This record gives sequence, structure tokens and C-alpha cells, in this order.
Amino acid sequence: MFYDALIIGAGLSGLATGIRLAMFDLKVCIVEKHTEIGGLNSFYKRKGRIFDVGLHAMTNYAPKGTRSTPLGTLLKQLRFRHDDFRLCQQQVSEIRFPDKSLRFTNDFEFFAQEVRDRFPGQTDGFQKLLKHIREFDELSLDDRAAVSARRILENCLSDPLLIDMILCPLMFYGSAREDDMDFYQFVIMFKSVFMEGLAKPQGGMRYILNLLAEKYKSLGGELRTGQAVASIDTRQGAFRSLTLSGGETLGAERAISSIGYVETLRLCRPPVAPEDPEAIGRISFIESLFVVDRQPKELGLDRSIVFYSAGPRFRYRVPAEPVDTASGVLCCANNFDYPEPLPEGLIRLTNLANPGQWDRFQRKEYIEAKKEWRGRALEKLRKFLPDFRESVVFLDTFTPKTICKYTGHINGAVYGSPQKIKNGVTPIQNLFICGTDQGFLGIVGATLSGISMANLHVLKSL
Amino acid sequence: MTKEEVRAAILEILSDIAPDEDLSSIDDDKKLREQFNLDSMDFLDIVMELRKRYNLEVPEKDYEHLVTLSSCVSYLQPLLKNRQLVG
Repeated sequence: MFYDALIIGAGLSGLATGIRLAMFDLKVCIVEKHTEIGGLNSFYKRKGRIFDVGLHAMTNYAPKGTRSTPLGTLLKQLRFRHDDFRLCQQQVSEIRFPDKSLRFTNDFEFFAQEVRDRFPGQTDGFQKLLKHIREFDELSLDDRAAVSARRILENCLSDPLLIDMILCPLMFYGSAREDDMDFYQFVIMFKSVFMEGLAKPQGGMRYILNLLAEKYKSLGGELRTGQAVASIDTRQGAFRSLTLSGGETLGAERAISSIGYVETLRLCRPPVAPEDPEAIGRISFIESLFVVDRQPKELGLDRSIVFYSAGPRFRYRVPAEPVDTASGVLCCANNFDYPEPLPEGLIRLTNLANPGQWDRFQRKEYIEAKKEWRGRALEKLRKFLPDFRESVVFLDTFTPKTICKYTGHINGAVYGSPQKIKNGVTPIQNLFICGTDQGFLGIVGATLSGISMANLHVLKSL
Repeated sequence: MTKEEVRAAILEILSDIAPDEDLSSIDDDKKLREQFNLDSMDFLDIVMELRKRYNLEVPEKDYEHLVTLSSCVSYLQPLLKNRQLVG
């Protein structure tokens, strides 16, 4: 069997690549290691409940009929209607620091007004920042020298608190780098979170993933789940075939890998040049899901999402301890505008975590540590958000170790490598990458990454 | 294919690519890009659909002919005159 293209990984970017290629009658196969599709944005079942992984909310919300937004581009390129995604918008979210808070909705003017009200001295600087953001072409696939987002923020704004408050949600939702972001990534995130906005698909990730997988299959695409790639076989620096863990070999003109840049190169045979340790992602999270016996609003939790920092300075870095409880994200799934209320209250709490620490725990210690650190994170949270511990009827926690196990991303680094490969090119001819390490983030970003790599490296060169 | 048929074929491709646009009010001499907010990704799709449906290759240097509906027809009709839908 010889394919026009093989795709490694059936997450959003791999599925989107597959749809684009199958749409134009290419012979394509996606190989997925896990038995479920989704990769970093997936779902799992526990005791009859289905939980999303990776998803608090989808960023980049745009209303129907806006074709030139990232969401609009995604829909038209994959030929979906806006209604197909069944998006339910957020209500009000909040960035909460010790002395100040900023609320935001899917109406950007609301957030801009909050900034003016809470930071009256920063109004002109904020305008200057917005001008920078609006004029920047963040979607260019050309590789440019990294520009520090912090430096540009400091050029516009004189209050470090406002800078940290703006960075807090954007880093939590997409930074693979500690304490700073590349400016183009900052712009992508700023637009996707503040200028566009947040929504959740009715039916969760499972619904969206099935929608993509069904479209892919209906176009004639082949999907193999539960089959890992053992090696990416190359000859004279060019891609030849994939060997699967069962021993089977699949040949193709080209391959597009969504499993991460370093992760992809590690599979190449013969091996490619030694890897750069700086290219390995380290930012990961611990996340706890709490099913509560009432609507979160009845517990006083009335925001869709709260991005918080317990101290005045927000630190976004791998903590020395297993978990950094000083900051986090609390998401109440119920506080989105679903057509009908969700049957149960669902709260998720996310904190930065140290992958190495979680990796070192033995099984018994590991389970104890999850319990202990979940408790510590809640204890910290209680100081500025209502305590919901008494109402919890079910809980589950996953760590960097869990993420690594199911997605194969080294260190469970959900945002991948701090060094993005925007044009998707690897040292191996006809082997490309898409997804997290290509640099478009989030659900819409990952999907767009698959679309743009399919267009750039396959469709345009036919 | 006659000129009319080529025009209809392009409209059909456009309606697949931009399902939410009202194509009945199309102005044949106005830029497609501006009328329907099309971008380079959409033009790639027009080219890909021509290839899929009519086995027709449009080289990148010829994309400039795909500006208005009437310029598309003038460029494509000589190429499509002996072709029919694939399959």
C-alpha cells in the first residue's frame, strides 16, 4: 500500500490535515497510537461520566458569518457550517489578583473599559498596545527572530501589575516559554482570548472530534487507532515510510507529524542530528475535575473562568515543587450559555506542575501526592474564592505524567516546544510537522495548523 | 463546455467554498476577493476543485486570471471546452 500522505497523530491538527487532503482525493492514512482520537484535546470516561482533557474553553470564538477570523477560516476550509460546532459562549470571566480584578466577556469593548476603569493611568499605553496588536501579522509562516512580548508590553504600559494581569490568561492558555512569550504568540493569544473570545462546544471535545473524524472518513480517509509508529524510515535524508509497532510498513510520498518536533525526530531512522535540549518543552499542568452536587453559581462561583494569582507578581515557570499553587485557572463548565443547563456541576482547577517531580514518584507516592497537592491548591484557592469542597461528589486528577502517557509529549508539555517551527519543515525532506510545535495554539489554532500545513506542503505542490 | 457552462461550473465551486454567500447577486466584473471576502486559501480551493472536477491544472502564474467571474470564464473556457466532469 502506497499513500499520497501519512499523518502521525489523530488530534485536531492531524484530523484537519487529513480532511484537507482527502477532500481533494488524495490517498491518506492517519496513524494514532492511542485507542481514542484527540491527542492533547481529548476526553476520557470515568464512572459513567465523560470528561474533556485539555479543554477549559475554546478560544477564538467568532459569531456566524465572520469569514476572515481564524474560526471562520477553519470552518470554510474544512467546509463546516458555524452551527455544526454548536458553540456556547462564555458569560463573564475574570483575571483576579490580590488587589485588582479585570473581567472580560466576548465583547472586547467590555474588557477595554475594565482596563480603563481599573488602571486609569494606563489608558494611553493600552491604546498603544492595541495598535501594535492590530497591525501585526501574527499568522505569517515566515520564521522571524523572536521578539519579547514583555519588552513590548513594558514599552507601552508602566504598571507591572497590568502587564502581569494581561499575560496571566494568555500564558496559561498557550505559552510554552517561561515568564515571557514570543510577541507573535502573544498577539495570537491576545486576539483569540480577548478580542475574539471563549466558548464551549455542546457535547464537549468528543462531539467536535467525532465531527472531524466522520468528515475525514466520509471523504475516504483511513484512520488507524491503537497503532503506534515505531520508526520514521528515511533514505538519504528523505522520507520513505512508517514502520508501525506491529511490524507493518506503510510507504508514502510524504508524512506530516503532529506529535511534536523533538518527538518526531526521535522516531527517525537512521537518527538525525543530536537534539537541542532547549527545544524540549517543560511547561505542564496538573488538573483536577470536581463534580459538585449543585450549580457552581449556587456556591458563589459565578464566573465562566477565573485566572488567578495569589501574589501581586505572576510567575509562569516550572515550579521547584510538584505544583505551583500560587496561581491557577478555575473553570466552571456550567457558566457557559448552553441551550439547556448541564446535568451536573463541573469545576476544573489547573495549576502549573513540575513534570520531573511527578515522573519520579512511585505508584503509591504518586497517588498520595495527587491527593496532597490537590488539597493544597484548594486550600490556597479558598482565600479568595468560595470554598466548594463540601459539595464535591466525584473528583479526578491528572498530572504531567498522565498527559505524557496518553499524548506522548515529552514532560507532558501541553504547549510543546518553546521553539516553534512555523513553516513546518524538518531536516528530513518530505517530512513535515503540524500541531502544537508548528505554533498555532488552542483548538482553533491546532486545527488551522493542520489546514495550513496541508495547503503549504501538499496541495500547493501537487 | 460553453461559456455559460463554465460560468455555472465556477459558481457551483464558489457555492461549495462559500456556502453562506449569496451568489445570485454576483457582479461578473467585480473582484471576487472583494465581493465575497475571499482570501488566498479560497483561491487555492478554487484551483483544487478545478483539478478534482475537470482534471485541469492551473499553474500558480495563472492565478492572476482568476480575479473576476468574467476573467475566470475567459481564461478557463478555452481550457475546459473539451472537458466534462470527472467520473
